Amino acid sequence: MSDEPQRLSRRGLLGLAGAGAAGLALGGAGGAAVATSIASQGTSGAAARYPFFGEHQSGITTPAQDRLHFAAYDLAADATADDLRELLSDWTYAAARMTQGLDVTEDGAIGGSPLAPPDDTGEALGLPPAGLTITFGFGPTLFDDRFGLAARRPASLEPLPRFSGDALVPSQSGGDLCIQACADDPQVAVHAIRNLSRIAFGRAAIRWSQLGFGRTSSTSTSQATPRNLFGFKDGTANIKAEEPDAVAEHVWTTAGDGTGWMAGGSYLVARKIRMVIESWDRTRLEEQERVIGREKGEGAPLSGGTEFTEPDFDKPDDDGSPRIADDAHVRLSQPSVNGGARLLRRGYNFVDGNDSLGRLDAGLFFLSFQRDPAQFVAVQRSLAGHDALNEYIKHVGSAIFAIPPGAREGGSIGDALFG
Amino acid sequence: MSIRPLLITGGVITALVALAGCVPNAPAGGATAISVAISDDACDLSAATATAGNVTFDLTNSGSDVNEFEILAEDQLRIVGEKENVVPGATTVYTAQLQPGTYYTACKFQMVGAPIGLAEFTVTGDATTVDADEQQLIDEAVTDYVAYVKSQAGELIPAVTAFADAYAAGDDETARNLFASTRVFYERIEPTAEAFGDLDPKIDYREVDAVAEGLDWTGFHRMEKDLWPPAEGDLNSDGTSALLDWAPSTPEDRAAYADQLVADVQDLYDLVYADDFTVTLADISNGAIGLLDEVAVGKISGEEDWWSHTDLTDFAANVQGAEVAFGNVKAIAESKGESELVDEIQAQFDALHALLAQYGSVESGFTPYDQVTDDQRKELSDGVNALAEPLSQLTAAVLG
Repeated sequence: MSDEPQRLSRRGLLGLAGAGAAGLALGGAGGAAVATSIASQGTSGAAARYPFFGEHQSGITTPAQDRLHFAAYDLAADATADDLRELLSDWTYAAARMTQGLDVTEDGAIGGSPLAPPDDTGEALGLPPAGLTITFGFGPTLFDDRFGLAARRPASLEPLPRFSGDALVPSQSGGDLCIQACADDPQVAVHAIRNLSRIAFGRAAIRWSQLGFGRTSSTSTSQATPRNLFGFKDGTANIKAEEPDAVAEHVWTTAGDGTGWMAGGSYLVARKIRMVIESWDRTRLEEQERVIGREKGEGAPLSGGTEFTEPDFDKPDDDGSPRIADDAHVRLSQPSVNGGARLLRRGYNFVDGNDSLGRLDAGLFFLSFQRDPAQFVAVQRSLAGHDALNEYIKHVGSAIFAIPPGAREGGSIGDALFG
Repeated sequence: MSIRPLLITGGVITALVALAGCVPNAPAGGATAISVAISDDACDLSAATATAGNVTFDLTNSGSDVNEFEILAEDQLRIVGEKENVVPGATTVYTAQLQPGTYYTACKFQMVGAPIGLAEFTVTGDATTVDADEQQLIDEAVTDYVAYVKSQAGELIPAVTAFADAYAAGDDETARNLFASTRVFYERIEPTAEAFGDLDPKIDYREVDAVAEGLDWTGFHRMEKDLWPPAEGDLNSDGTSALLDWAPSTPEDRAAYADQLVADVQDLYDLVYADDFTVTLADISNGAIGLLDEVAVGKISGEEDWWSHTDLTDFAANVQGAEVAFGNVKAIAESKGESELVDEIQAQFDALHALLAQYGSVESGFTPYDQVTDDQRKELSDGVNALAEPLSQLTAAVLG
């Protein structure tokens, strides 16, 4: 497999260009072009370009880009294990190209037959890579009896338990597969999901998808802490790429964690959290700060200091009650109250138009990567029951995915799973 | 704040009556005292009118147990004066300072249940100068609001008892008829009940919240689902199957849930009647906006009364509770030069009442919420938002 030149399968091409695509098979040159086009990582701005291949998938510790297009897919009813493997190979090929700023195939948007629809949908023509990362994941349902993978299911890849206040909409939850596309240009992220979905037609189809803007977390100390739609800085205490020990301890799975093929991978939790922003906006500043446990301006904990000062949860107010309330969000989400659990958060704001009552359908599309889903469960159990913020939020979507390790050059996402 | 056109949709403009509230210890004025003959089932005043100023009542309780005399505002909810603990065989002198306007008088046998002998009482003459001493206004607002909370808790007990008895006896039709009207007394004071931590979860939690928090699911909504049982294929408000981990209560279960609810509302009553129970001015004004948020979050969406669809009764009771809280503090806001805000809030209350009136009333019931269309729900939501925005300025106005 690994020696085979990278290219789209015939079915992948059919998905793109119909029967006329037979002549478009790509040779090994395409794969080589991808490999050589990988530039130095970490450049900022529209020109940023991150490698697709590697020990870990990109889009996790990568400095969080500004835009997101996330999609969850279900495999077709008649899809086989071979279809799945072929799809992952096709996706790998296309993703490796697009993350380098290339069209989805060599013929791309305008290089093919004028009698056939173009391989690439074209809206990213002329755009730089914009820091695009494409991250793939496997949902628990992938490991049911359809593809012979039941024995390969990581023990911790279970549907999340029901939490207090959950109002989950099935059509916005779950999924066999997921793709997280992040970029600094929304058009680039949308282009990626659009073309990957097209490649999947007949084998898998979108179950639900989500656009996000305004990253709500920093994953690098080089980034300022952004604000969520409540107007507060979010993710001050996030795990940062510059903390290798924390990343190793809390983000990447190891062979010793019980599932060998997941070594170098992670687990992704996605939660679509609707904010009742109309009620929040009518809440007095003092109460907003009490609910969060931080002051709104700089983001310092109410116990004092500056944004990155450790909160002092014991510091009393003048009347003896703790300055950071017992039900403050910052207290309940702290590792110290959750058995040391830390998450690498990578969420985005969303505004999906409005609801039937004329209220903005807005909130936080929460994404977190962790070595074990139990880390998220611990934090969410703490928050769900007691967080003062619950009055203003509602979890409407939920999904969990195993994020396999990165693909080796010449290989494919998921090789280890089938290996 | 900006001046917005006043929305008067019902053609009714409620005159703003400046009320100074009660002044329990003020000396009696020159007018003749009005005698109030209190018995267990009557509350007769010797006159139904008085002249503005200090009005003195001679309360004589010829009944068998302790009683209470109340003076209510025109909404028949907000208390502007009361005398508790009028014991049998005694005559008690009680003086209230009343401005011109329409009031209601009533008694409350054993200090629980519905007002007895509710009668209109008119105060005529010229408005007396309101003493603008801020602390006095605050004290009056707190005293009157606490009295209102007690009166609602007092009415809740017999209402819950009747509802719970019917439910426990399997008289589902009676219980269904009592469900919405019983909840009114609770919904009017919901923020106060919620302040007592574990009581609200026991009394008023929805199934999805109780299950997810691992609590025993008890209270109104547990009984509601028995009374309006789901059919195969019905969903809970969170999208899960309505039959998941649910079965109709057995007669023994019903008896237990009924007893528990009666005990829990008795706990609520005891807490608000405790000597040390009080609220702050901010509690009152924040409670007003809190009640509107209850509407905006739970009632507008139809999630509160998922099986009975009596959401609009809860909605109306929340709005009533918010208006009482507003009425208790508006004199303070006016004394701080916030008359424009007060007028706007009042206009939006009137508009929302008029809108709600298109669907029924607290007394006679409302259109079931599953029959309220999306367009109508949006209109109600817009009305709530129009009121909630200025109302959210109230705390800053009264404390600022």
